[in-house]
Amino acid sequence: MPFVCNFPFFSIVLSMFSGIVSSVLSGKTAKKLSIALLCVNLSLSASVLAYAFGTGESYVYRMGHFPAPWGNEIRAGVLEGVLATFFCTIMLLALAGGLQHIQQEIEETKQNLYFIMVDLLLASLLALIYTNDLFTAYVFVEINTIAACGMIMIRHTGRSYVAAARYMVMSLLGSGLFLISLSTLYGLTGQLLMSPAKEAVAALRAGNLYMEPLTVTVALMTVGLAIKSGLYPFHSWMPETYGYSTASSSAILSSLVSKGYIILLVKIYYRVLGRETIMQGKISNLLFIFGLAGMIMGSLSAIRESDLRRMIAYSSVAQIGYIYMGFGLGTEAGVIASLFHILSHAASKGLLFISATGLSDVSDGGRHFRDLRGAGYRDPVAAAGFTVGAMSMVGLPMFAGFISKLLFATAAVQDPTKMLPTLVCLAVSTVLNTVYFLRTVLTIFTPVNGDGKEKARGLTKGFAFKLSVLCFIVLNVVLGLFSDPIVAALEQGLHMFS
Amino acid sequence: MLENLIINHYETAAVILFGIGFTTLLLHQNLIKKIIGMNIMDTAVYLFLAAKGFVTGRLAPIVVDGVQDMEAYINPVPAGLVLTGIVVSVSVTALMLSLSLCLYRRYRSLDLDVILMHVKKEWS
Repeated sequence: MPFVCNFPFFSIVLSMFSGIVSSVLSGKTAKKLSIALLCVNLSLSASVLAYAFGTGESYVYRMGHFPAPWGNEIRAGVLEGVLATFFCTIMLLALAGGLQHIQQEIEETKQNLYFIMVDLLLASLLALIYTNDLFTAYVFVEINTIAACGMIMIRHTGRSYVAAARYMVMSLLGSGLFLISLSTLYGLTGQLLMSPAKEAVAALRAGNLYMEPLTVTVALMTVGLAIKSGLYPFHSWMPETYGYSTASSSAILSSLVSKGYIILLVKIYYRVLGRETIMQGKISNLLFIFGLAGMIMGSLSAIRESDLRRMIAYSSVAQIGYIYMGFGLGTEAGVIASLFHILSHAASKGLLFISATGLSDVSDGGRHFRDLRGAGYRDPVAAAGFTVGAMSMVGLPMFAGFISKLLFATAAVQDPTKMLPTLVCLAVSTVLNTVYFLRTVLTIFTPVNGDGKEKARGLTKGFAFKLSVLCFIVLNVVLGLFSDPIVAALEQGLHMFS
Repeated sequence: MLENLIINHYETAAVILFGIGFTTLLLHQNLIKKIIGMNIMDTAVYLFLAAKGFVTGRLAPIVVDGVQDMEAYINPVPAGLVLTGIVVSVSVTALMLSLSLCLYRRYRSLDLDVILMHVKKEWS
């Protein structure tokens, strides 16, 4: 086994160790360590991706060399490589974009704690992407939740405490359901590793044994992870959480943390339960309906919102709806469209949250639309970022969001019964998106004095912020213009999955 | 149907307890009661796992008197899962308790509705 096969394991362990070491470091050193760690992880993930592309197949890495039913395994292929590389990039950019706010909003003695959370969050996200063991997945789901909660409550305001409490309660409900579904699945199959568990599930299906318990397990698992990722009826924690935590936290939570659970769900569907079980249990139809409802309801709530950050948070509800709608289509094209949307939503939503804080910073910290008038002239970089993010969310050609909508539409055409509702909801949702994003873009470019020359009021942004916004814009355009190789890689990765 | 429930009475009890814990966590407005609900929910899962792992008449998987027959011992994996789960739920409980403490110090209440009212007044 070549040395590069160790890299997934190294990246998880390195992140955890950096988290532990950061607890005795000063805030500044912990920040440098986190950024260095993200760069190292980025290169490690990229080499895993290159290796998987080269060999054209996935590999299984056994921890401690115990053979299949006993040991703990890591599995890496093209899909895992793409996701890990992408997640590290987004996290690095989101952290760089919000560094000033972290220094400003968090007490100096507690800043290293924030970077501990970042390191642990990275470790758990990578573990969720790479793991081949169900119970390891559960443990890292909990680590992910705890780290995310820490990132919300570290701001020490009343609102962020309440947001953290609500986030925690919903997340714990989700993890409880996930845990009991894992226990019943273990009771049914007797396996915790994904590949042997898949064989056991296939044997049960072949013998038509225990079909009701299996359906209940699938339902519990789906609902548990849907609660954690914020699918429409379970979205109540999202506006608070994304609206009142520090800028980097909002960007990381909305673009990565909720996606980690979705990826785990796809992994379990493909690697354990098998697509037939999902289709037969009609779970995909449920996901389809809730996804469509989320697309419309999220956008409607966003239109009613007058607070910029909360509006973007409600738009996340709609985008999560898109992703689940793609799974609900039940075809492979739908799943690929959803996976692409995970990437494009992460790129656009991270950009929106980071540039939205840039816009409020030059408006005396105001977040309501009345405060934001003319903000586009006060900080052109943030305004450019926000405009690109908004255009990508609306789905204008050349940007990432357009490709995902195109993929969703082409996937929907394959299924005659689901085609009409999908296309109608896509159209309605696009119009609603346009309404609230266009309103915001128009507001920030409406001059207050009439001559368009205004001085920034409040915090001026540093180099890291500008660089981060610029990189996010480039990422959006790259996803929009050169999507073919990425979609092909996702397709190849999904084939390796099953 | 009823027979199965009686034969597997440990699992039945575990699922009922899980339901009680789940609804307490979801519906109660008091933060401490929510934490209690969460603990009941998690403990119910451990009961479920422990009941699934135990076979009457077999021993804990520690080799004594040189008996190496697999039939003599129970499966150790569920016990391992329970231990891991306990560690997770202890840390989550600690986090939730500290969060409740922060909220209580600031708003002098543990009721989530009352706290929300205070927050809305404070920020408007």
